Amino acid sequence: MTFSLRFRAAVVSIVLFAAFLGIWHLATRSTAATTTMTPEYAKLMGLTATQGKSAMPGPLDVGAKLWEHLKQPFYDKGPNDKGLGIQLGYSIGRVGLGYLLAVLVAIPLGFLIGMSPLISKALDPFIQVLKPISPLAWMPLALYTIKDSSISAIFVIFICSVWPMLLNTSFGVAAVRKEWINVARTLEVGTIRRAFTVILPAAAPTILTGMRISIGIAWLVIVAAEMLVGGTGIGYFVWNEWNNLSITNVIIAILLIGIVGMLLDQILARFTRMVTFPE
Amino acid sequence: MSTFDNPFDPDRRLRAGGCSCGQHVSEAEHEHAASALRCEPAPSEDKRYEGVVASAVMRAMFPRDAARRAFLKSVGASTALAAISQFFPLQTATEVFAQGGAPEKKDLKVGFIPITCATPIIMAAPLGFYSKHGLNVEVVKTAGWAVIRDKTINKEYDAAHMLAPMPIAISLGLGANAIPFTVPAIENINGQGITLAMKHKDKRDPKDWKGMKFAIPFDYSMHNYLLRYYLAEHGLDPDTDVQLRSVPPPEMVANLRADNIDGFLAPDNICQRAIYDGVGFMHILSKEIWDGHPCCSFAASKEFITSSPNSFAALTRAIVDATAYASKAENRKQIAEAIAPANYINAPVTVLEQVLTGTYADGLGGVKTDAKRVDFDPFPWQSFAVWMLTQMKRWGQIKGDVDYKAVAEQVYLATDTGKVMKEMGLTPPTTSYKSFAVMGKTFDPAKPDDYLASFKIRKAS
Repeated sequence: MTFSLRFRAAVVSIVLFAAFLGIWHLATRSTAATTTMTPEYAKLMGLTATQGKSAMPGPLDVGAKLWEHLKQPFYDKGPNDKGLGIQLGYSIGRVGLGYLLAVLVAIPLGFLIGMSPLISKALDPFIQVLKPISPLAWMPLALYTIKDSSISAIFVIFICSVWPMLLNTSFGVAAVRKEWINVARTLEVGTIRRAFTVILPAAAPTILTGMRISIGIAWLVIVAAEMLVGGTGIGYFVWNEWNNLSITNVIIAILLIGIVGMLLDQILARFTRMVTFPE
Repeated sequence: MSTFDNPFDPDRRLRAGGCSCGQHVSEAEHEHAASALRCEPAPSEDKRYEGVVASAVMRAMFPRDAARRAFLKSVGASTALAAISQFFPLQTATEVFAQGGAPEKKDLKVGFIPITCATPIIMAAPLGFYSKHGLNVEVVKTAGWAVIRDKTINKEYDAAHMLAPMPIAISLGLGANAIPFTVPAIENINGQGITLAMKHKDKRDPKDWKGMKFAIPFDYSMHNYLLRYYLAEHGLDPDTDVQLRSVPPPEMVANLRADNIDGFLAPDNICQRAIYDGVGFMHILSKEIWDGHPCCSFAASKEFITSSPNSFAALTRAIVDATAYASKAENRKQIAEAIAPANYINAPVTVLEQVLTGTYADGLGGVKTDAKRVDFDPFPWQSFAVWMLTQMKRWGQIKGDVDYKAVAEQVYLATDTGKVMKEMGLTPPTTSYKSFAVMGKTFDPAKPDDYLASFKIRKAS
């Protein structure tokens, strides 16, 4: 009896996950109370102190809390307390906006750099210097000059997601096979038309790979940026719960950040497959 | 005591006599009675406004104290009130007093850090103090002191919760661009503590703390100055004998648990949180270092005050009003419940209740009671600012000469707050400089340099 590879992989995944949950549960189990307290005193203390409950939540705690959040993802109880759905919405909105701006800048500019060796050489030093700057290093500067924390967060997304797209676009454009361009030239196709009908389809897979890397980076950055500026977003949620030392909620946020990041990546991956063609 | 007193009390003094609050015969007796002057609330807000109006009428009718007293003594307070109400519309006058000018800007944003120090700023939203003064205020939780500073400078916030020394530092351009900032009201007094890790429960003498690592929330904070003061009084040089780290409050508890620091002087609900979670114990309350010390402030830029004076006045009224309400012990439980949800402080109600009511677990198995563990008194004593300036100089944050008085008066708006308090029926102190004692050493605000020179342990400048 043989099962398909897919089925066997799924079984292994489930076993691994169950083992992980089991170990997690055992590791965070409550231990017996270690100290004796007067009832009056015990009333003033938390579960960690009175029942020897581990400070780290177990999978059951996280599951219960997650269910609570999922039951009402869009509640709004004032400026500092919104449902997880709303928080994720804010983050996705910021990422989307910053990322869109980056696309608008990086792809035309990347094209230009890819097609013109002169501009490529001229801009190269700037790109090389700006590219490795950590996203959060931009934050104080952005806050100081833009004077608006929400736009600053979008700016940070923009500045961090622009480089991989720019470099990939220029690389993809520069790497288009010379024969194809020469054929187009022979057929007397104009520069603009050549860019759209020959270079763009040929470079599209590389460009989309760049875009896929960028969305990953943008999603990485937003959490840190929102933790810093606060207000709304999943990053703010993490900070707010950390402030309350609620590790349970922090774990839930981490889980959701991972899932949303995966979904964003999958969307771009699908686009990449759509534009890929056999040569 | 001095602030919410009854205008029909025949023994009430109208003019400040012996001491700064007018309650005592001499300053010494005043200091004895209470080491800090604070606002004692009236039975209710309406009564308070009524009180101030009635008080004004009484003063107008009986300019001489002796005559007023004689009148009150002979007819009794209730008869007097009825008599005055007959020919003076107390009710209408009270409403007019409570309102003030229409605010230029009604929708305001006020930033806060989620600690119990921000209690008046926060509770004013759920308990309706802002709306009572005609404002629609959104209180916004902010990630840290530097961010609150930047957002207030950027005008994203109209006003904000800051550490008491921060507006001074910003106005002087320490750690930021020099922008004139002001403190119309002090948020809270006391309300911090030194918390140590459980393993140090037998090391209660600070002399044994050499080489330990302590966390403080911000460089320009009372936490920093008080911890340094406390260590130095016990013969430890805070710059060389111990390590002081600037750590955000929630990380303090986590670091204490991870055995990464030995203790911290932190704003409350963090100290109590460490105890609640069983990772630390309360060594001493900051109250035991300096009873009545300011901790956090309510701060606004000078620009906001000049561009929207009525909004600013209404905001200050709301804060002063909330502060007066918070200073009443019987309201503390309700306040703890109002500010505990995720929208505000986001902490267990038990923890906040222990901080605000002053009946708390000390982490060593005992239950302690200190009703003044955290207290609320809005008056921005300019002598507080002078003391902070001496400490900034002492620890090398300010170099060169400082015009203590000029800075203190520019930043701490004692006169304006006094005016607002008067309008609201509170009695502000008649002087804005009071002397106080820190760990038994008296501070004379008139001689800051002598005070500074008297310390053996200080950073050589």
